[in-house]
This record gives sequence, structure tokens and C-alpha cells, in this order.
Amino acid sequence: MPTVSNTFDAQAPDGPERYLQVIGPDGSRTPCPELDDWVQDVDTRVLGDLYVDMACIRRLDQEGTALQRQGELGLWAPLLGQEAAQIGSGRALDRNDFIFPSYREHGVAYCRGVNPHDLLRMWRGAAPSGWNPYEVNMANQQIVIGAQTLHAAGYGMGLKLDGSTSAVITYFGDGATSQGDVNEAMVFAASYQAPVLFFCQNNHWAISEPVTRQTTGYIADRAKGFGLATWRVDGNDVVAVLAATRAALAHVRSGTGPAFIEAVTYRMGAHTTADDPTRYRDALELEEWAAKDPLDRIAAHLDSLGADLEALKLRASAAADALAAGLREAITTMPDPSVDDLFAHVYSHGHSWLEGQREEYRLYLDSFAADAEVSR
Amino acid sequence: MKTLTFSQALNSGLRAAMEHDDKVVLMGEDIGKLGGVFRITDGLQKDFGAHRVIDTPLAESGIVGTAIGLAFRGYRPVVEIQFDGFVYPAFDQIVSQLAKMHFRSRGNVKLPVTIRIPFGGGIGSPEHHSESPEAYFAHTAGLRVVSPSNPEDAYWMLQQAIADDDPVIFLEPKRRYHQRGDVDLDQVPEEGSLYKAKIVRPGSDLTLIAYGPLVKTALDAATAAEDEGIDIEVIDLRSIEPVDFETLGASVRKTGRVVITHEAGKFAGIGAELAASLTERCFDHLDHAPVRVTGFDIPYPPAKLENHHLPDLDRILDGVDRAMRRTGTQLGEDG
Ligand SMILES: Cc1ncc(C[n+]2csc(CCOP(=O)(O)OP(=O)(O)O)c2C)c(N)n1
Repeated sequence: MPTVSNTFDAQAPDGPERYLQVIGPDGSRTPCPELDDWVQDVDTRVLGDLYVDMACIRRLDQEGTALQRQGELGLWAPLLGQEAAQIGSGRALDRNDFIFPSYREHGVAYCRGVNPHDLLRMWRGAAPSGWNPYEVNMANQQIVIGAQTLHAAGYGMGLKLDGSTSAVITYFGDGATSQGDVNEAMVFAASYQAPVLFFCQNNHWAISEPVTRQTTGYIADRAKGFGLATWRVDGNDVVAVLAATRAALAHVRSGTGPAFIEAVTYRMGAHTTADDPTRYRDALELEEWAAKDPLDRIAAHLDSLGADLEALKLRASAAADALAAGLREAITTMPDPSVDDLFAHVYSHGHSWLEGQREEYRLYLDSFAADAEVSR
Repeated sequence: MKTLTFSQALNSGLRAAMEHDDKVVLMGEDIGKLGGVFRITDGLQKDFGAHRVIDTPLAESGIVGTAIGLAFRGYRPVVEIQFDGFVYPAFDQIVSQLAKMHFRSRGNVKLPVTIRIPFGGGIGSPEHHSESPEAYFAHTAGLRVVSPSNPEDAYWMLQQAIADDDPVIFLEPKRRYHQRGDVDLDQVPEEGSLYKAKIVRPGSDLTLIAYGPLVKTALDAATAAEDEGIDIEVIDLRSIEPVDFETLGASVRKTGRVVITHEAGKFAGIGAELAASLTERCFDHLDHAPVRVTGFDIPYPPAKLENHHLPDLDRILDGVDRAMRRTGTQLGEDG
């Protein structure tokens, strides 16, 4: 008889983690029959571009954290460590594919060309959201865990009804897979064979809770139970993520149903700037994952191919500097919202009660101006 | 007597309840090692074990649904919802199941589940972190809804809520978590006092009703009004459902004027219920229609605009002026 623990503590899955990998942590190329065909075109130039992209969003993340520390942003959700998962998937998408993200996909937004101003606006507390979803084919950040996956399923049903060849991708964390919404989203997508790619960044933590609090097995295996085609990939290997995302997109476009990618990665920073991971996370664990750094491994791989690393790093830091300058410029030029913004956009057309409230509040504010006039 | 912050008082209240009854279990996201994102459960898992302070999977419907099952089995679950805006995924379990089980089972099943929700705004957070959902719950028969406004009430009301055999929605004004106050740990409150309102400042000219985060603001407004010669009686509602109309009615009959304030929107809010019920009960004693000073009927705004949305001292005084027929901005009188 196995012993029963009375703490409800789930056990970690046994054995070494298994996932698809193309480039190992030391930069070595390993054959991967499941993925190799999807990255035939990835030569030194493409690898260099992926490296530059990752360097840019790493910098974006540093700037976000710094701006929060300086009081320019109310909050920031770091992506440090998840660069390969976001760039690998983001660069596999077609311009017409639609994205439903959570709050952490700054790197995916960067791939979409969301401008820094729009990216930071929500984090600054200057507006509920930043960009127009239809301009970049990406919905606004979602804070309610898992809610966006249902929207993706519905959007996918729409694509299918329209006979479109586009796909929809939705991003969420390992913690989110416990939510009813995410499970219901998989039911809908599978049942209607909607072209939806579920992209789970398993970064091992949901704030303070390890992934073993959400599941005792592999997250990707859970998706199989819903009838989804699944890939479990090394989420710190940008080439593997790119390949798996291309493969999964091809699958969903073929009309045979949704797909699921579990990108096994790690959240190197805090959950958000309001979080203190030292209360729950072992420093050794961090070290272990630092050794699997997504940028270092591409650099090491390029080095083994004889590429000019020096030049690449110069290019990357120039691009990152430009991005950082753009972010700072965005903050200094971002106007504070006006009182009118308070009442704007609650409804798409007139609403008598709310208009009354707006008018009342205007009168109220004017009364201060009038008082000031009198006392002068 | 001990001086505690609001959050320390809640932590001590949980500890006392767990020591008093070993059927009390805590459930929620990040409440173990982390001690909750607001540290209200700090140290409790260490002292009571992971079987009594349960870090749950990330699933609010699951948390409340399983709390119902635990209560069926004789436990007294105290659930932490991380932020107000995340209670909605659990809404179905709360309003369709938790609230109705006693009625459905014709009194045979009791569900002493307490749902703690840090609620309200004023802390500069993003979307879904500053909501005031009290009216949804107060509107649902079978639930009791309370909100403490100070450390002493936090300490005692939480224990009373946990000891209550009915489900209680326990709303914690998160912007007051750091507020300090004296807590009398020995003076055990009277039976049933959880559902009593408190006159926190006596006065004769006007009754100002608030609860949770706005009680402090209301007291500040009363102090400011004193300079203008208006003597305000401030009532801390404490229990939003049921409402202690006895205390409220007596006050309004005395003063003849009433202002109600809350952060939630005005339309179909708690203030609407209080205004209507007090008008029904005290019509002959009123010198002016009840006045509501509330948040606007908008989704909670981004941080840089929340100071406009939340009733502050000036807006409450403006409402007082209207109830006193001393001009004010005539809010709502023609709309
Ligand atoms: C419905 C809901 N419940 C709780 C929260 C509070 N919360 C914000 S992020 C988070 C952890 C999410 O973890 P995971 O899904 O793994 O994503 P990650 O942040 O690690 O990328 C929690 C509990 C929320 N935003 N929404």
C-alpha cells in the first residue's frame, strides 16, 4: 500500500523532464525527428534575428521593471527567462492569425509591432488597455486567469464558420490550466474542431504555487484527454518552440481540430513587481534554470557554427538600446488621462443615466473653480 | 488591549478561530508559504500544517465548490479570494449552491463557509483588483455579507463569521490593511452582534452611513463638517446583509437627514436599498430625501483616475450640503 499524505501535497512527476529539443543548453544541435522538418530554413541569419529579438525583449523587461521601480509604472509582470517561448511562438505566426494573450506576453506583443506607448499604458494605470486589437490582431492583456482561452475558442469557431485559413493562438500559464475556463475552452475547440492553438508557458510557478499544485503529471498530457494534438517542448529553446508552433499551426489550419503546446520554461524574475519570490523559491532552482538560458544557448550554437558573435551582440545591443529609448520616450510623452476618460466607452452609444452622472460630476468640479473665483 | 494593524488583526482572528475549533480550515491561492498576497495568513501554515492551511489549485469555482463539500463533511472552511475581481469565476458556486443549500435541504445541511474577499479600491491597482461586488451578494438570499472597518472589528467579526452556521461573505477593505487600532482581545462580543450597526460618532443634524473602507472617510468628513457647524452622526453599517434598520431608523428619526456613501456604483447599489428602506420606515421624520454619494456607474477606472471615482471627503461634504439644503451641486435631483 502506498503511504497517504494528509497534506494534499501533490507529488512531482517522476524521472527527468521529457520534452522536444533542437538546441541543447550548451548550444549543441540535437536531431529531433518530430521538429527538424519545420525549421529547415533556420540558418545563421534567422538564428541571429531570433537572438536579436530575444535580446530586445529581455531589455524591454528590464526597462519595465526599472520604470516600475522609478514610479513610472504601477506594476510590471516580468518575462525574464521566457524569451524563447514568446519569440519562438510569436515569430511562427502569420500576420492574420489572431492572438489572445494573458498579461505577460510583452514579447509576443513586440513581435506584433505593438508600439511601446501602447504596451506601457495599462501598466502605468493611464488606461484600461493599450492598443486596438484589430490593428495588430492581438486582443488586449487579460488579467483574469484563463478567461481569454474561451475567447480564443470562440474566435476560432468564427474562423471556421467563415472558412478562413487563419488560426488563433491563446497564451496562458501553468496555473491557468486549473481553471474551468481553460478546460471548457478545450472542450469547445475540440468539439467544433476550431483552429485554435493553446500555448501554455509552463514557467513552473503560479505566484507562490509550484506547477505540482496544479497537476501531478504533464500538462500536455491533460490536453490529450480533450482530444487535442499536443507538443511538449523545451520552452527555452527558441528553435524548438518555433518548430512546434509551426507544426501545431499547420495542424489547426488543416481543419482537424485544435492543438496544444506546453513550453517548459521558467520564470526567472518575480511574478510581478509586487511579489517577493524569496519567500517561496529556492535559490538553487534559479541557478539551475539560469544554466538553461535561452539567449546563451543560441549564442553558443552560433559560435559552434562559426558565426561572428561579436557583430551579432553589437547588433542586438543597438536594437535593444533603441527599444529602451523608445520606452522611455513613450513614458515621458504619455499624457495623463482626463476626467472625460472616466465616462468614455462604457457603452457604445448614449446612456442617459451615465450622461447625467458625468454632467453632475462636471458641475461638482466646476463648483471648486467657482469657489476659488469667489475667494479671490 | 493590543495595538494591531488591520491585517494583523485578521491574522490573529484566523489564528484564534483555528485554535478554538480544529474543523476550521483555510483555503485559497498562495495562502501557505507566501501567507497570501496581502500576508493575512502569514505563518499559519507553518503553525497549523498544510492540511489546515491549504494552497489550492488556481480555480475559484473549484475552491468554493470544494469548500462546500468540506462543509458538508463537517468542516468550517474559510476561503480567501485573492482579489475582489476574481470572485466572479466562483459566482455560480456561491449564489447557486452555497447560498441555497440550507433552503434546498430544508434546513438539514448547514454550510458554515466564510469567504474572505479583499475589496475596494484606492491602492492604484490594475483592472479587476479594486471592485466592490457587495450588492451582487447582498441581493442573493441565503448569504450574509459583512465588512469590518477597523482592526478591532476585523478581529472579532472574522471569528464571529467563522462561528456562524450560515455562509458569510466577509469583505475586507484592502486599502485599510495597514491602518492601526486598538483591539480588545478579552472583551468577547455579544451573541448576534455581528449583524449590528455601530454609531461611531454621535451627532444630531444628519446621519451619515458608511461601511468598510469609507467609514474612515466618513469620520473625517464629519470632523470637517463640525467646523461649519453641522453635527453629523456617523454609522458604521458593519453588516450589509442583514441591515440593522433598528439602529439606522432610530438615528434618522433623530436627525431627519441621511447621507449614504459607498465605493460601488450608485445604480442598484446598497445605497439604493438603504435609501428606499429608510424612506419607507421614516418618511414622516425626513427633512430631505436620502442622498447617496457613491462611485460612478463605470467599470473601475485605471489607477490614474481612481481618485475621481472614489467618494472622498469633499464629495461626502457636498452630499451633506445637499441633504442640509445648503446648495451643494444638486447631484441627482433632476436626473
Ligand atoms: C481568476 C483569477 N484568480 C486569481 C488571479 C490572481 N493571479 C494573478 S496571476 C496568478 C498566477 C498565475 O499563474 P500562471 O497561470 O501559471 O501564469 P504566470 O503568471 O506564471 O505566467 C494569480 C493567482 C487572477 N488574476 N485571476
